[in-house]
Amino acid sequence: MITTLVYVVLILAIIAIARTVRIFELLDELRGERDTQEINRSDNRFNGFMLLVFLIATIVYFLYVTLKYKRFILPVSASEHGVGIDNMLYVNFLIIIIVFFITQVLLFYFGYRYQYKKENKALFFPDSHKVEIIWTAIPAIVLIALVVYGLVQWNKIMSPAPKDAVIIELYAKQFDWTARYAGSDNNLGKTDFKMIESSNPLGIDASDVHSGDDIIAKELHLPVNTPVLLVMHSRDVIHSAYLPHFRTQMNCVPGMTTQFHLTPTITTEEMRKITKNNQFDYVLLCNKICGVAHFNMSMKVVCETKEEYQKWLGGQKTFADNMKVSDEKTSNSILVSK
Amino acid sequence: MSIQNSNTPTGLASEHYAGDVYHTAEWHHHGHHDSDTDDAHHQNFWTKYVFSQDHKMISKQFLITAIVMAVVAMAMSTIFRLQLGWPGHKFPFLESFMGHWAKDGVLDPGFYLALVTMHGTILVFSVLTGGLSGTFSNLLIPLQCGARDMASGFLNMLSYWFFLGFNLMMLISLFVEGGPASAGWTVYPPLSALPEAISGSGLGMTLWLVGMALFIVSALLGGINYVCTVINLRTKGLTMSRLPLTIWAFMITAILGILSFPVLFAAALLLIFDRSLGTSFYLSDIFIGGHPLAHSGGSPILYQHLFWFLGHPEVYIIIIPALGITSEIIATQSRKPIFGYKAMVGSILGIAFLSFIVWGHHMFVTGMNPFLGSVFVLTTLIVAIPSAVKVFNYIATMWRANIVLSPGMLFAIGLVSFFITGGLTGIILGNSALDINIHDTYFVVAHFHIVMGSAAIFGMLGGVYHWFPRLYGRMMNKKLGYIHFWLSFVSVYGVFFPMHFLGLAGVPRRYYADSAYEGFHELVNVNSLISVFAIIGALAQLIFIYNFFYSVFRGPKTVQNPWKSNTLEWTAPVEHMHGNWPGDIPVVHRWAYDYSKPNAEDDYIPQTVPFSKTKSSNFPGED
Ligand code: HEM
Ligand SMILES: [Cu+2]
Ligand SMILES: [Cu+2]
Repeated sequence: MITTLVYVVLILAIIAIARTVRIFELLDELRGERDTQEINRSDNRFNGFMLLVFLIATIVYFLYVTLKYKRFILPVSASEHGVGIDNMLYVNFLIIIIVFFITQVLLFYFGYRYQYKKENKALFFPDSHKVEIIWTAIPAIVLIALVVYGLVQWNKIMSPAPKDAVIIELYAKQFDWTARYAGSDNNLGKTDFKMIESSNPLGIDASDVHSGDDIIAKELHLPVNTPVLLVMHSRDVIHSAYLPHFRTQMNCVPGMTTQFHLTPTITTEEMRKITKNNQFDYVLLCNKICGVAHFNMSMKVVCETKEEYQKWLGGQKTFADNMKVSDEKTSNSILVSK
Repeated sequence: MSIQNSNTPTGLASEHYAGDVYHTAEWHHHGHHDSDTDDAHHQNFWTKYVFSQDHKMISKQFLITAIVMAVVAMAMSTIFRLQLGWPGHKFPFLESFMGHWAKDGVLDPGFYLALVTMHGTILVFSVLTGGLSGTFSNLLIPLQCGARDMASGFLNMLSYWFFLGFNLMMLISLFVEGGPASAGWTVYPPLSALPEAISGSGLGMTLWLVGMALFIVSALLGGINYVCTVINLRTKGLTMSRLPLTIWAFMITAILGILSFPVLFAAALLLIFDRSLGTSFYLSDIFIGGHPLAHSGGSPILYQHLFWFLGHPEVYIIIIPALGITSEIIATQSRKPIFGYKAMVGSILGIAFLSFIVWGHHMFVTGMNPFLGSVFVLTTLIVAIPSAVKVFNYIATMWRANIVLSPGMLFAIGLVSFFITGGLTGIILGNSALDINIHDTYFVVAHFHIVMGSAAIFGMLGGVYHWFPRLYGRMMNKKLGYIHFWLSFVSVYGVFFPMHFLGLAGVPRRYYADSAYEGFHELVNVNSLISVFAIIGALAQLIFIYNFFYSVFRGPKTVQNPWKSNTLEWTAPVEHMHGNWPGDIPVVHRWAYDYSKPNAEDDYIPQTVPFSKTKSSNFPGED
């Protein structure tokens, strides 16, 4: 029923256009204008006026949308480096918004102001080296400043992680995340994709001395105010570990190890107060197209005090525990046993 | 000229105008008149409309193909916007033509990705690369350079047929088992390499890659032809410094294509090898479908380097012709010389050069060496300088002008507006530190749809309105043109402006629904608003399509030079003919922008008018 309706509407729309054209033509014929589609005074007047209307309407629309949607923008950064990114973003926005308004206003205003009149003549003004040098130099200076500012931030963020950083692996596969904590030795056991089986979904090499104390979980817990080094792996296609509240993103690439270090600064509890939302939770999203359920590939992130973190970690089974269980019960998944 | 005439072994050079009709290279050949009339006898339907080697006909073929493909791609976007705007809502009419891809009227998540992928592929390659350059380079290079035709009509014809092959491949792939390619328009492996990873990476992906090979052949044949024609076949007096900016733009674009498309070819070929021959260029350490794969030692990131080495120049291959068209329209309709001609040429050259050393800005968070990232930040932000110069020059051209607000001019103004808006967000994306948090979010979607998608489409539409009289000898209806423009203009900002906020809220692109995270739930309203504008925008294009085809057959006949333009294409007769000009090829005496010259009789002086005839307006040294 609705289907038919949609098609009917489409057909009617086309007929409507055809009729409109016919009406225009008849009107033109009445005015004796048929056969010229020359742009006349009233076209210029109408469209010039529209340019002005559009300019004002767009500015109003932009302001309206900005005010209405600004609450959707991510809340304050929950990581140390993120504060730097946010400040830099504001500076950038300030600059581009100024340039945006100046150029757009001139563009539309000139379109309106200098519309064609037969009696007018345009100014023959093919170039002016002085002006051109000025408006090449100013953007150049501003941009170089932005580059310098940006690179300082970038190099800070990308500098090697502190030695004592807590190491956590983010392991991606279609379509879920697993977090592996390095355990008491703060060292991740080796993995090999050929060792993957249902009882050992990350393919951890049990013969590596660092493996036994590794802890595998389906939640990412981060100790607050502690440097954390996230080490990323993928077993199948490219995924991307995206932690928007922590201003953190890095691709997870099969056959490669990537990493990103950060220092979380706001616990989930505190962020709930900041956002006035006691349901609030941090999230880890997949941000590289990875297949049908890409949009569903996420994991809960909990940022908590160091003590809470240790306590939670203590309650988790280690890789060695799990292997024992699975040897005994040959259960098909360690994840279930958690 | 008939196809049988073109039996030279190479198909190159001008000899294929057999029977000594004329030589494209030798413009002062005589006796075209009689030969042209008997030329008409050689033509039949097939040689005139189908296997044509005439640049004007090929131009129309590209244009119509692009319009058809644009409609397909636009329909796709409307369908996935329905899902994004009203997630999970049932639209039963979808099932009526999409079958199991939209069971009960709800789009399948896998097919959502297929639609997104094909929408991007078709618009980027069919419409804005093949369609845009194919239409306007073909139409304008010979006509504005004063050439009888392209350097090689035969290669030009082949270029179209390879292009058509690509389009057919894309259309066929919509109907194959498993659906079309679904890994995004950039088709990153391993997702695109492994059918186990996504069903579209089966036969659909094979067709995509084979199609792309055809496309690259088409782009290269076209590009070589454009460059040769501009370099060799300019008429007497048309020095490089007198070329209209359109021609500069088309030539630089062609050079960019010639230098970058072969790299995409290599990337695609290696991907084909990985898919079919078991090589490991891009694959390593993969466990999928319950077992490990034998591939070892490859790097998925290698593919991204190869892809973006083309991919970034490609976005300029799309925008530069649109900018060239805009320069021409703005100067003509402002009745004023383009401001800073040399700077305009210089900035195109600068942008073109820089476009080869910025590709890494698409890969800041791939785990690339941070130092390399820093270098790409520097080069990327430098591109903004020539871009800014172009914008300032457009605005300066409109200052104290006498502007005819034709539909073409409005679209040109729209392009400049988009180029500003989208270019400015590029400055944010180009700074790697900022890109960390907005990479692959809707912020990027907003950026490139405004600066590339919408701007280039507006350039193309503006070009169609402006040169329609040259293409079809008739005028398009201006009132429908205005309605089309205003609805499109409003819709573009309506659709893409709010997307910046989605991106700043952390919403990833290529998500079928924003259901994974609580925090995104309230964004549904934004998405509905966007979808409403998208539907209005799509419907507005029907007005254009109607106007276009109606005017092809029923539009009022045009006068020779409807916009009172200076360039050579308007000196050729309205009725198309082989060889473009019945008598000798016009000779050029001045640059293309003598509009509103002080003390001139009229507000334009065509390039063919010698200085000796314009004594009153000549500047010192111009005689
Ligand atoms: C001021 C100049 C510009 C700068 C600094 C700039 C910068 C960037 C950066 C850094 C990205 C990557 C964003 C990301 O994936 O996180 C990007 C994406 C993109 N830009 Fe620009 N851009 C500029 C102008 C343009 C122009 C003129 C076009 C096309 C005509 C363009 C087309 C694109 C496209 C298509 C993408 C997205 C590709 C994809 O991931 O699908 N940009 N731009
Ligand atoms: Cu994923
Ligand atoms: Cu780029």
